[in-house]
Amino acid sequence: MAGLITTTIFIPLLGAIAVSIWPRGNFRGVALIFTVISAACALGLWRDFNTALAGLQLVERCPWIPAVGAEYLVGVDGLSLLLVLLTSLIIPFAFLAQPPPRGGRAFYATMLVMQSALYGTFTAQNFVLWFLFYEMSLIPAFLLIKIWGGENRDYAATKFFLYTFLGSVAMLLSFLGIYFARQTFDFAVLASMAKNGLVPGNVVWLAFAGIFLGLAVKVPLFPFHTWLPDAYQTAPTGVSMVLTGVLSKMGVYGFVRLLLPLFPNEIKIIGPWLLALAVCSIVFAPLAAWAQKDLKRMIAYLSVNHLGYCMLSLFAVAASPVVAARIDTDAALSGVFMQIFSHGITAATLFYFAGLLEQRRGQRGIDDFGGLMQRTPLLCGWMSVAIFSSLGLPGLNGFIGEFLIFKGSFAIAPGFAAIAVIGLFVTAIVFVRAMQSLFSGPLAESCSAFPDLLPVEKLVVVPITLLMFAVGIAPQFIFNIFNTTVVQMARLFA
Amino acid sequence: MIAWTIYVTFAGAVLLLLSPRAFARWIALLTAFAGLALGLIELVRTPIADLARFTTIVRVPWVLALGINYHLAIDGVSLTMVLVTGISAVSTVLFSWDVKERQNEFFFWLLLVVAGCYGVFLSADLFLFFAFYELVIVPKYFLIAVFGSTNKEYGAMKLTLYSFFGGMFVFVGILAAYVTAGTLDLNQLSQFQFSPQLQSWAFPALFLGFAVLAGIWPLHTWAPTGHAAAPTAGSMLLAGIVMKLGSYAGLRVAMNLFPQGFQMWGKWIVLLGVIGIVYAAAVALRQHDLKFVIGYSSVSHMGFVMFGLAAATALSVSGAVLQMFSHGVIAALLFAVAGRMIYRRTHTRELDVLAGMSLSRVLPFAAFTFVVASAASMGIPGFSGFAAEITILIGAWKTYPVAVWITGAGMVLVAAFTLRALKQSFFGEARSTVQLQDGRVALDPDWNEQQTITAAEKCGACLLMFATIAVGLYPKLLLDRIMPAVEAMRFLQ
Repeated sequence: MAGLITTTIFIPLLGAIAVSIWPRGNFRGVALIFTVISAACALGLWRDFNTALAGLQLVERCPWIPAVGAEYLVGVDGLSLLLVLLTSLIIPFAFLAQPPPRGGRAFYATMLVMQSALYGTFTAQNFVLWFLFYEMSLIPAFLLIKIWGGENRDYAATKFFLYTFLGSVAMLLSFLGIYFARQTFDFAVLASMAKNGLVPGNVVWLAFAGIFLGLAVKVPLFPFHTWLPDAYQTAPTGVSMVLTGVLSKMGVYGFVRLLLPLFPNEIKIIGPWLLALAVCSIVFAPLAAWAQKDLKRMIAYLSVNHLGYCMLSLFAVAASPVVAARIDTDAALSGVFMQIFSHGITAATLFYFAGLLEQRRGQRGIDDFGGLMQRTPLLCGWMSVAIFSSLGLPGLNGFIGEFLIFKGSFAIAPGFAAIAVIGLFVTAIVFVRAMQSLFSGPLAESCSAFPDLLPVEKLVVVPITLLMFAVGIAPQFIFNIFNTTVVQMARLFA
Repeated sequence: MIAWTIYVTFAGAVLLLLSPRAFARWIALLTAFAGLALGLIELVRTPIADLARFTTIVRVPWVLALGINYHLAIDGVSLTMVLVTGISAVSTVLFSWDVKERQNEFFFWLLLVVAGCYGVFLSADLFLFFAFYELVIVPKYFLIAVFGSTNKEYGAMKLTLYSFFGGMFVFVGILAAYVTAGTLDLNQLSQFQFSPQLQSWAFPALFLGFAVLAGIWPLHTWAPTGHAAAPTAGSMLLAGIVMKLGSYAGLRVAMNLFPQGFQMWGKWIVLLGVIGIVYAAAVALRQHDLKFVIGYSSVSHMGFVMFGLAAATALSVSGAVLQMFSHGVIAALLFAVAGRMIYRRTHTRELDVLAGMSLSRVLPFAAFTFVVASAASMGIPGFSGFAAEITILIGAWKTYPVAVWITGAGMVLVAAFTLRALKQSFFGEARSTVQLQDGRVALDPDWNEQQTITAAEKCGACLLMFATIAVGLYPKLLLDRIMPAVEAMRFLQ
């Protein structure tokens, strides 16, 4: 009997097979069933997970390719569990949100493969296995954009693939180098050796650069972000939601799991530069968003900004030349984890609303709409909640993460954090401007026949919004998931 | 007990979303009234000695990992602000009695603003404080963007962005305080010795960030446009309480936490305050839109608050707090007359047009109210404005005599523009452009609204007039509670 984690990973794969051979009919229903089963398994993981213990839990381990030391090793700690839960939340939501595409069978199968890959990525604790899953998510994402994307999809898909693939190759080479020096792929083992340098001499910088590049493209961190607006813009709604909600978290996860533990000394040396890149992401991305006409592109740029906060905080913790107070490190790391979760649900919801508007109008330029408040008050109201959550308004989920991130990183790197605050303000400008032109003013001719939120759409919107409020008002239940993990990691960096 | 002001108001807001239209305004009125009643009970029941310190009333752990508490407290200053919030809320609801469109939504946003303000005035945890402070921005935006009039999108956007702009500096200041002291508890923070270097930059960041909302010159430009764009209720709330959030926060957080930084920058704030008083009064003298006149008068009056705070004597700061109360009431009254009583019936706020209507004959009650409000606004003895301003000036005399002289000149300007507005709007020479039919204004023939002043409007106006006269005749009622609380603050010791 396979363990619960393995079950969670492989049920979506089974689902993909089932959808492919299903004779005909409601492919979405079949896909949803499998997704929900695996989400239930993820909830089971949460139940079995002991929040009081640090370190990996529910570990499953068996030999796989002994020749290269590649084990099948999966397990969860607080961070992994958080991301598994986030995946389980976003994917069903994305299935519901996506209007049935042409060639539905293949679409759902591809999405399910991607879900399986995501679970794998977040639970694998051995590089070979991790990399396998990591790449396994890349191909479906590429196909989903390439086949089901909107205009400009070929360009966007190719760009996405080339950027990410280049990063992956660099990362693979780096890990091979590390393997030759250390004879192991196990993350925990490697981390314990890291204090003395994983690779002798200056070669370590090559290894560092390779992994950094791979992850920075994935997050993405300025200036490696240019693939993102194209990809998010053209991808169909459901795919955009998964891309921004979960896939972008793979990069952040990689930073926490790989780069920071494996290269503590190197990060300290070039820390200020990394912080500067994070601040650039935070400040420039919303400025770029300000200039966008396309709603999805605007949200995409703001995603870069929100992930920039995560990076700021992580780099502040890892790169601070002085030993920071534990409480600040804790705050910074908790903030990152919280932000990962919050941004996952908020950004996905924003893309969902952009999709709803696009469905109704056929276009999604910000100027194509106007006065929606008169015609579709419910849609505007719920969308405003998502927008305000993204702005980081108190009482909603975004605020908690951002507050902690700023609190933590301000204590450690005050200058960078202070500049990054500008990003908050520019984000506000971007959103208020967008709300203004979408919701207010005279009702645009083209929008006068819009239906308000349909019951099916409410089914998607209401629970996720309630979740935003719940996390914003009583965030403790999310903190409980990763508290001990944060404490343990903070000790590692101290 | 006083904590229930927050809960009741939020509960009322939620209830409004669920209730049928017919009950909406009653629910709103009851909720607002409950808030006021709770404040009054606190005023009567609590011994004055207990209001001298920022006394904790509720304290529950909230986000354990970071020492964030749900922590409320009250002292004389907070109580004064809670009272003005209650008074503004009740009168605002009364003046919105005949809102036709989307009533539930309107009162929902309105109560959210009120609840957020109660929250700010009672918070004793910096995180909670900031949460409530930012929370007020959203309903404010919708009140203006959805229900506003002239140029509403522009006004709403400008106001929101100014708020966020200030919020950015506030955020940095709060982080600096939290990170250095390691606590978010306002009482503990106000005991903590921050280093002079930190204070020298954290104080201006915090204070100016807050002062944006208080309409300090030269960051005041959101105020006139925002007031003009807002629906009457919105202007009343904005001028009545939301602007006070800024000055209250400047006092409670910026000055109390960073006394040395305050000493360093105090004279500059006095300068900005005095410029604000004179400049805004001068600009008001040249406005043609009645709401703009009142909007600028708000900026001028808030200049007094800034001046009183920055003069940093127990008397001047107490005067500033009293001025916050007084201006809250008076501004609400002025906007009620301009936006509700006049504009609703004539569809114009242009002073030149109004001058031709000689409205005092048609709307005698409105004229009476406006005379009272103008007198209070000019600082005629017997009204709260006088009590507050004289306290500020006497208090500031010791530290900034020159500024007091200039301010005195500013008060003449205030009187000038107020009289001008009063004369033109109600007592203009009746030129023949407007016909009066059966005692009605017939400017707009399609206009079939009720023309006489309604009972709800009378109640609201009477409540506000009563408040300004009561405090004007017996300022001791509030000053006795404000002074000890102010004297207990660190920057005076």
